[in-house]
Amino acid sequence: MSTTHDASPPAPTVRITIDGQLLEVEAGKTVLEVAEQVGIRIPRLCYHPDLSLAGACRVCLVELEGTGQFIASCANKVWEGMAVRTNSPEIRQARRDIVELLLDNHPLDCQTCERSGRCELQELAYSLGVRERLFAGARKHFPLDARSVSVVREPDKCILCGRCVRVCAEVQGVNNLGQHGRGFSTLVSPAHGRAMDDSVCIQCGQCVAVCPTAAFLEKSDTDRVWAALADPAKHVVVQVAPAIRATIGEGFGHAPGEDHTHKMVAALRRLGFAAVFDTDFGADLTVVEESLELIRRLEAGGPFPLLTSCSPGWISYLEKFAPELIPLASTCRSPMSMTSVLLKTWYAQSKGLDPRQVFVVAVMPCVAKKFEAARPEHRLPEGDPYTDAVLTTREAIWMLKSYGIDYWNLPLLDFSTLQDDFDSPFGETTGAGAIFGTTGGVLEAALRTAAAKLAGPGEEVPLEFHQVRAVDGLREAEVALGGRTLRVAVANGLRNAARLFDELAAGKVYHLIEVMACPGGCVGGGGQPYPPPGMHVLDPELLRLRAGALYQVDRGKPRRRAHESPGLRRLYDEFLGEPGGSLAHTLLHTSYAPRGPRGIR
Amino acid sequence: MSEVEAVMPSVAPAFDRQAELDRCAARLPPAAVEQIRQARRGPHPESALIEVLHTVQDAQGWLCPEALDAVAQLLQVPTATVTGVATFYHLFRLQPQGRYRLAICLGTACYVKGGDKVSARLQEELGIGIGQTTTDGLFSLEEAHCVGTCALAPVVMVNDRVVGPITPDKIPGLLEDLVQQDRQGGRR
Amino acid sequence: MENPVRAAHAALVAAASARRASREAGTTVRIQVGSATCENAAGAEAVLDEFLKHIRATGRTDIRIHRVGCTGRCSREPIVGVLRPGELPVKYEQVDRDRAHRIFTEHLLGGTPCHDLLLDHRPASATTPLPRTAAPLPQLELVFCAAPRCQEGIGPQLRDRCVQLLGEAGIPESRVRVAEASCYGLCAEEEVGRGVHLLIRPAHRVYRITSAAELEEVFRAEVLAGVALPRLAVDERPVGEGFVELYGDVAFFNRQSRVALRNSGVLDPESLDEYLLDGEGFVALAEVLAHQDPEAVIRTLAAAKLRGRGGGGYPTGQKWADARRQPGTPKYILCNADEGDPGAFMDRSMLEGDPFSVIEGMILGGYAIGAARGFFYVRAEYPLAIRRIDGALRAARDAGLLGPDILGSGFSFDLEIRLGAGAFVCGEETALIHSIEGQRGQPRVRPPYPTESGLWSQPTVINNVETFANVPVVLRHGAAWFARLGTPKSGGTKVFALAGKVRHTGLVEVPMGTTLREVVMEIGGGVPGGRALKAIQTGGPAGGCIPAAYLDTPVDFDSLLQLGSIMGSGGMIVLDEDDCLVDIARYFMAFSRDESCGKCTPCREGTTRMLEILERIVAGEARPDDLERLERLAWLVKKSSLCGLGRAAPNPVLSTLKYFRAECEAHVHEKRCPARRCKALLTYTVIPDRCVGCTACARNCPVHCISGRPKQPHVIDPAACIRCGRCVEVCRFDAIARG
Repeated sequence: MSTTHDASPPAPTVRITIDGQLLEVEAGKTVLEVAEQVGIRIPRLCYHPDLSLAGACRVCLVELEGTGQFIASCANKVWEGMAVRTNSPEIRQARRDIVELLLDNHPLDCQTCERSGRCELQELAYSLGVRERLFAGARKHFPLDARSVSVVREPDKCILCGRCVRVCAEVQGVNNLGQHGRGFSTLVSPAHGRAMDDSVCIQCGQCVAVCPTAAFLEKSDTDRVWAALADPAKHVVVQVAPAIRATIGEGFGHAPGEDHTHKMVAALRRLGFAAVFDTDFGADLTVVEESLELIRRLEAGGPFPLLTSCSPGWISYLEKFAPELIPLASTCRSPMSMTSVLLKTWYAQSKGLDPRQVFVVAVMPCVAKKFEAARPEHRLPEGDPYTDAVLTTREAIWMLKSYGIDYWNLPLLDFSTLQDDFDSPFGETTGAGAIFGTTGGVLEAALRTAAAKLAGPGEEVPLEFHQVRAVDGLREAEVALGGRTLRVAVANGLRNAARLFDELAAGKVYHLIEVMACPGGCVGGGGQPYPPPGMHVLDPELLRLRAGALYQVDRGKPRRRAHESPGLRRLYDEFLGEPGGSLAHTLLHTSYAPRGPRGIR
Repeated sequence: MSEVEAVMPSVAPAFDRQAELDRCAARLPPAAVEQIRQARRGPHPESALIEVLHTVQDAQGWLCPEALDAVAQLLQVPTATVTGVATFYHLFRLQPQGRYRLAICLGTACYVKGGDKVSARLQEELGIGIGQTTTDGLFSLEEAHCVGTCALAPVVMVNDRVVGPITPDKIPGLLEDLVQQDRQGGRR
Repeated sequence: MENPVRAAHAALVAAASARRASREAGTTVRIQVGSATCENAAGAEAVLDEFLKHIRATGRTDIRIHRVGCTGRCSREPIVGVLRPGELPVKYEQVDRDRAHRIFTEHLLGGTPCHDLLLDHRPASATTPLPRTAAPLPQLELVFCAAPRCQEGIGPQLRDRCVQLLGEAGIPESRVRVAEASCYGLCAEEEVGRGVHLLIRPAHRVYRITSAAELEEVFRAEVLAGVALPRLAVDERPVGEGFVELYGDVAFFNRQSRVALRNSGVLDPESLDEYLLDGEGFVALAEVLAHQDPEAVIRTLAAAKLRGRGGGGYPTGQKWADARRQPGTPKYILCNADEGDPGAFMDRSMLEGDPFSVIEGMILGGYAIGAARGFFYVRAEYPLAIRRIDGALRAARDAGLLGPDILGSGFSFDLEIRLGAGAFVCGEETALIHSIEGQRGQPRVRPPYPTESGLWSQPTVINNVETFANVPVVLRHGAAWFARLGTPKSGGTKVFALAGKVRHTGLVEVPMGTTLREVVMEIGGGVPGGRALKAIQTGGPAGGCIPAAYLDTPVDFDSLLQLGSIMGSGGMIVLDEDDCLVDIARYFMAFSRDESCGKCTPCREGTTRMLEILERIVAGEARPDDLERLERLAWLVKKSSLCGLGRAAPNPVLSTLKYFRAECEAHVHEKRCPARRCKALLTYTVIPDRCVGCTACARNCPVHCISGRPKQPHVIDPAACIRCGRCVEVCRFDAIARG
């Protein structure tokens, strides 16, 4: 038996001087990290704490006292006796000049740029005092790539920090983006300059999220939504993904981690939507259908593992990178698509509307949903998409602001009237649907239902599966379910998923694997708001806070297992018939096929 | 025995990866395919990329997109990495080339001895710019940074042969010789 | 009992010797033909072909062709040597098919050397051929060591005395010649200046002479009696003796100290046998492996003060020790042969001329640091060098000098070739590593240094070609000898590629600390055409332009750095009064801009902006504050770039601003180019008094901007003139002024 006070030896420290202040700090830290600890945020651009080191932008230079040498604070670890100055006149001029050099090779269209006010380059130029152009000259020119439905690439705005290339390779394992050419006219693009949708891009939008400027953006659909809202012939409804309520407040200056369900619904209603529905409904439905698939496979003895299918980035990855796994994937449409399908069928019927009159807008944390919505598999027989427009969280926030909705002071209507809650029937949801927005949530939701279905009479049915919760990229667990032991795994970030697939190929057995393309799941989706000051994209703390809001929603729900949803019961009774039945199969399930170009994982 | 061991995955072989790889191999010279096969046996197969690209270019004259895609698949290096590498290094040609590649050396010694004038004259005589190929597919022009024969400056490389010292006046003669050579079917 | 490693080496030498004996039985004459890229470009292959034809036609079986690498005497290539045992070698320059025919018929068959074709026996400026008859060639040559550091000592007096003795004996110089060679490297420190070493050719004997009396003794024996004087003879051989033996009489060569280049132009680079027999091949390796003490290798290199010849000048012993100390395995050894500096061709020449020395150096490096594998990273632009290395690696492998259990020592090591693909930045060590790994050749932040984390994140040593070429010699001849050759801080020699406006272009190897004046004016023969030397550019795009006023600067790492240039890998471009230093700065900036990898902001954007400013200046469009702007950017890029290349890219600009500020200001403020090189700043005018109205200019003007009636002075329309200078070229009356 070991004693518990095994105080590990204190971390070795070194003494360094920053701006004349003598400090004793943990060895092995970089100058940038140490400065941050004492309250000095050294300007940076290419640096990203969760990506590999680049040391390329040179904005974070500091001066070594004594030698006058400049070193990159992100790349150099502190050493005993080191003395640096973060703001000597020479350093201030060098930083200013470096940022000017970036600006000099950047379009002069800040006023009309999508990222105006949220642009890291703009902020740096202002804070470092670039007030005139000393070195301006020729600029690089590359064509704008707006050929794809999800991601727009504008290389003229690229400052070659390389974050997108790194996130695409290191987090997603997609390696779609690479630097091409060299020097002044280096270009970040997919191979052969292909359009994003014709490349191995999986549309996850993480490049958009990490980009400090507007070199990557989601393809905007706001104009189409404004137009639909203004069209009296259209019945415009909106559905809101589980993860949005946990993040939309950030766009208005609220702290991350707050549940904004009611405020969000109220705000969207003011935008003029005929009804505001909850994608959680579709999530509950997905759980019911998917857990049925799991149970059937358990009964049939395979094939295993069942791979979840609600993340469109992951589905693109499956088709491009891992087509041999297609037979393992759940055929369930995503919650968004299930909801949209029902809106254009059951809902339209019940309202007496022609499906083509119904204009379905989906507010999603996701850039890839735009691609999913446009897929031929997700269209009415006559060719119209089930989902007419997908807005990212960022686009929705912008629309609310543009409309003039005073989000902070928005008066909430009487809660008891449900006027500021989702509209029926797609508003009656369970906690299972809510946690779809975070990594592990889909798995847990499926397990809740499967456990209930598989439980023998009188057996205690587990509700919360804490062993699959966390924001880590890769987790696995064994769960006892109705007398069986299932090995389950969760992957977020596709590089992590690829690791799991390697294990599969090596013969390891799993029964159920949840894959979400984005780190942390939908709360870290590529369409989510740019992080608040002091936090960064991929920040585990930010992801944890956002996930926390969803678990809070879950705990607050009277029903927390999807199959217990009264809304779903009505749906099956009135419209679909049996879960897994033939109409359900036609409307709620889809199929996948290998898609080119072939990705290399 | 637990359930875990009892159920074995049964993956339907819906997708034929090997057929895809075979199609890739057919697009590359056999020497490159062999080089890749060798590299894949070793510990760092991706490190063979530049060698493989040289082999493909030597055989095909340039690196066409289909060949780059095939290299990526066979070597299992992401395509954007392959194109990133191919566009980084000046010696890799991403456009079809003329039968005679004229590389004007603009190393320091050649420059101070009038390499720029040689370049101007060649462009004038051929009616093409640097990086272009004549419409008959006979000549392409490029500029090189020092081919290491400074004592003969200024020099021009004709395919793999160094010609120098060369002055603007000698250029019409050089081109005429090459045209003749081409007519006779020689390619030196 | 004899050490098995030494025995294995001895067996290799014996086998080589036997092969040579059987191959060369009956040979009486050797025709030596250079074969390196530049020789081939100058026509060496045709010459070789011509000789072969003649040999076949005459049916002579005693004449052998001996192919060697490049001597570095570039402007006189192709060079052909005729060697008969017991006679001084005869070398011919600029040989073509016709000359080869003459050499074969007149010299080889007829027995009379072609005097007018002899190497360097004709001034470079001479345009008319020499008369065919000339004095007979000397039969005996007395070559005195003329090390710069011994010039204060007794050596020069003894040499003068020797000339006197010849005169007194009435022996004409056409029969016995007194010559000088650069440092033989034979003196111990305490002996410096107290004596001189004398090499007798073709007898191949070396004497150490400390007084006039001893000189007279040697003179009587060797010159008058034709016999040896064993009492004063020494056993040690001058470094690069083979080279001195072949080329010691040539002015271009005899001030050089051939250490790294000792075998270039002497040995057949494709013959392992020759390297073993005539190049002390693998002796150092056998000794080191026999002693089983890798630390000793490192200690020797450190004591020799060998510093990296790639440009940085980092002590090689230190670097190897750093790598040896690392616990991680495997370790790697890399040879940087990505010679990209425009104007530098030392590495190519060494690899084409003596690949085995570099290979031996790398094996020694592998043994010292504990590596089992190494790579040559070679420019793909050097196909012949690649072929030669490849052949040499195969030969070494076949002989058990590479591969498992080298020479039975238990040490295993092998080498592979990796090709570059045209990226200057890959000369930077972290970029080179990325390139070998198959990636874009972009540098990364250091530390960690490659000795700690290099190729595939393993401890890695990277040295350049010349550094490795020096290693076997250092180990063979000892640290003290090597250290003595150089300066107190850097031992040995440095190879320079001399090019540009200099009479004798080519490779020059001199002891560290030799002055620029000796290299450029004495060895290089100064600027041709009576023009004035303006500056010397060293270090390529990372270096700077050193004005003529600093000609007496000793060439070593530190003194050039102090002048704002760098030694770099050894490119040395001579600039004369016709060269505009602003334009040269623009040229290098264009190079750096093209070669910037694009990773870090200052280099990627800054080089472009500096180039734009320089282009404005040479185009006469400079803004008044452009020089300040340029200087601010130059310092920014120098201080804040990621890698050494970016940090060095502003050097040409900064040195030009420092030493040639007036020239810069003339461009900016007066819109005038003092060197009359910048086209946009020139005006062409006809001098009416000189113009005879021949109409040549008007007929040749590509834009027809010259008008005038025949026999009347012509006029140039300055608005239409494109300043091409064609009129100046065609005017036979010097009637067009350029200013």
